[in-house]
Amino acid sequence: MNILVCISKAPDTTSKITFKDNNTSFNEDGVQFIVNPYDEWYALVRALELKEAQGGKLTIISVGGADYETIMRKALAIGADEAVRVDAQPLDAFQVASEIAAYAADKGFDLVMAGKETIDYNGAQVGGMIAALMHLPYVSNATKMDVAGSEATVERDKQGGTEVLGVSLPAVISAAKGMAEQRIPNMRGIMAARSKPLQVIASCAPQRLTETVHYELPPEKGGVKLIDPDNVNELVNLLHNEAKVI
Amino acid sequence: MNVLVFADSDNGKVAKAAYEAASYGATIASRSGGKATLVTYGRVDNLNELAQYGISDILHAESVDHVDPMQLAALTEAAVQSSGADLVIFSHDYTGKTIAPIVSARMKAGMVTGAIDYPSLEGDFIVKTNVFSGKAFAHVKINTAKKIITLLPNSVSKEKIEASANVTAFAPDLGNASVSIKETKIKGGDGIILTEAELVVSAGRGLKAPENWGMIEELAHELGAATACSRPVADVGWRPHHEHVGQTGIAIRPNLYIAVGISGAIQHLAGVNGSKVIVVINTDPEAPFFKAADYGIVGDAFEVVPKLIAAVKELKASQS
Repeated sequence: MNILVCISKAPDTTSKITFKDNNTSFNEDGVQFIVNPYDEWYALVRALELKEAQGGKLTIISVGGADYETIMRKALAIGADEAVRVDAQPLDAFQVASEIAAYAADKGFDLVMAGKETIDYNGAQVGGMIAALMHLPYVSNATKMDVAGSEATVERDKQGGTEVLGVSLPAVISAAKGMAEQRIPNMRGIMAARSKPLQVIASCAPQRLTETVHYELPPEKGGVKLIDPDNVNELVNLLHNEAKVI
Repeated sequence: MNVLVFADSDNGKVAKAAYEAASYGATIASRSGGKATLVTYGRVDNLNELAQYGISDILHAESVDHVDPMQLAALTEAAVQSSGADLVIFSHDYTGKTIAPIVSARMKAGMVTGAIDYPSLEGDFIVKTNVFSGKAFAHVKINTAKKIITLLPNSVSKEKIEASANVTAFAPDLGNASVSIKETKIKGGDGIILTEAELVVSAGRGLKAPENWGMIEELAHELGAATACSRPVADVGWRPHHEHVGQTGIAIRPNLYIAVGISGAIQHLAGVNGSKVIVVINTDPEAPFFKAADYGIVGDAFEVVPKLIAAVKELKASQS
């Protein structure tokens, strides 16, 4: 099976989020970057398991500058066979999806996988856009997936429950919690990753449909109002009369 | 501008989040001198209620009875054509998150997902959205003539008016289905869906054992709340995975989030920091969750929660 996994870079969960240039761009100073957890723990690891069981090749693709190569090497260390970096600054989901769809168009991938969203922009857009641009079926928020021949069986969350879907390959799948367990790369994987191919290709210069004008941090919380554990009625009173939520 | 609202339907009803999307879309249409149309599908028994949120026209594709994303995207596109919409509104729920990107790419319509406020209608079209898992907001400008917004539930207040809508049967050609449904599992419980719930009671490791959840469920029942949990208790199987809120679980933004015996690790906060009011009950006064809370009780959950249940019952009795 020939699988493409889309990999995005994201700030580590514990990062302090600040902005620079008059709040127009994210301040990367001192921020530790990781592979976006939905791309890594769920999409990449499930793709690896399928490849290990059924044979084939696993390619990862990122749209980003040279600074992306650290996290791409990590994905190779976990077990991807080769990597492709589209040399462009990712600024808009449609732009990223267009780059990936353009690369994947003639490569004959059976599966294109991505995390359900990134933990920085939380857009949940790229997977569905790739499917639309490549005219492929799309299943989002997959929590389980198996492949038999040219048919995938995918379980996904829906409002108030889950749904088991059948989909013919090739298809685009976005991955959520449940697909696989996180894998920590071992020393052999890390060594091997250094010599695995990482191809840099030029951007196809797609259109951008949106632009971020500026960022804003939420107002500081006013501080917690502590209530005596022997006076729980006071909490209910505050929730009813002050916060007006019950 | 003319606005089209996509309303998901399930089991003969339009989803609750669709009312908020309908009100949001209708408000934008009326502020900009346009008309608000809504498209939905399948058997829907509560169509007329949608009119009360300002929708003047409803396109009802009754024969569409399943949720193939490509077909629902095609349905939305056909409705854009038919209604002359410049802006399409989806709710930022499972269905909306799935279809909106497909429609965006097909129509080359710029999209902002997870909007939390009305767009600016004077000058540039700019939408405020949640980013960095709720730790910041971005103001995003849409550059295309056709535009798409997915609205994060519980973001705007619903405006109800006296009105009725014209319902038109709608049966555009949607092409072939790209996926088949093999099985649907609906979760049990009180029937309050966590992602739609206005009130949520959540508990974590501080409860010590799965059999201690009875009081959490009772409190949720008394409040009319959904139940949730932290990651560690879902991972050890004390609670089902679909209750896990946080960075890797689901993100919710209810009006009230009560956290019992949850320390408030940053990964957990990422899933709940959009909640309007947070109550934390924990024995440890140093628990980081207190910093993110509006109200807190430093105390033993096994003493505090039963008292809280009694106090809620008392409030309800005084109101009836």
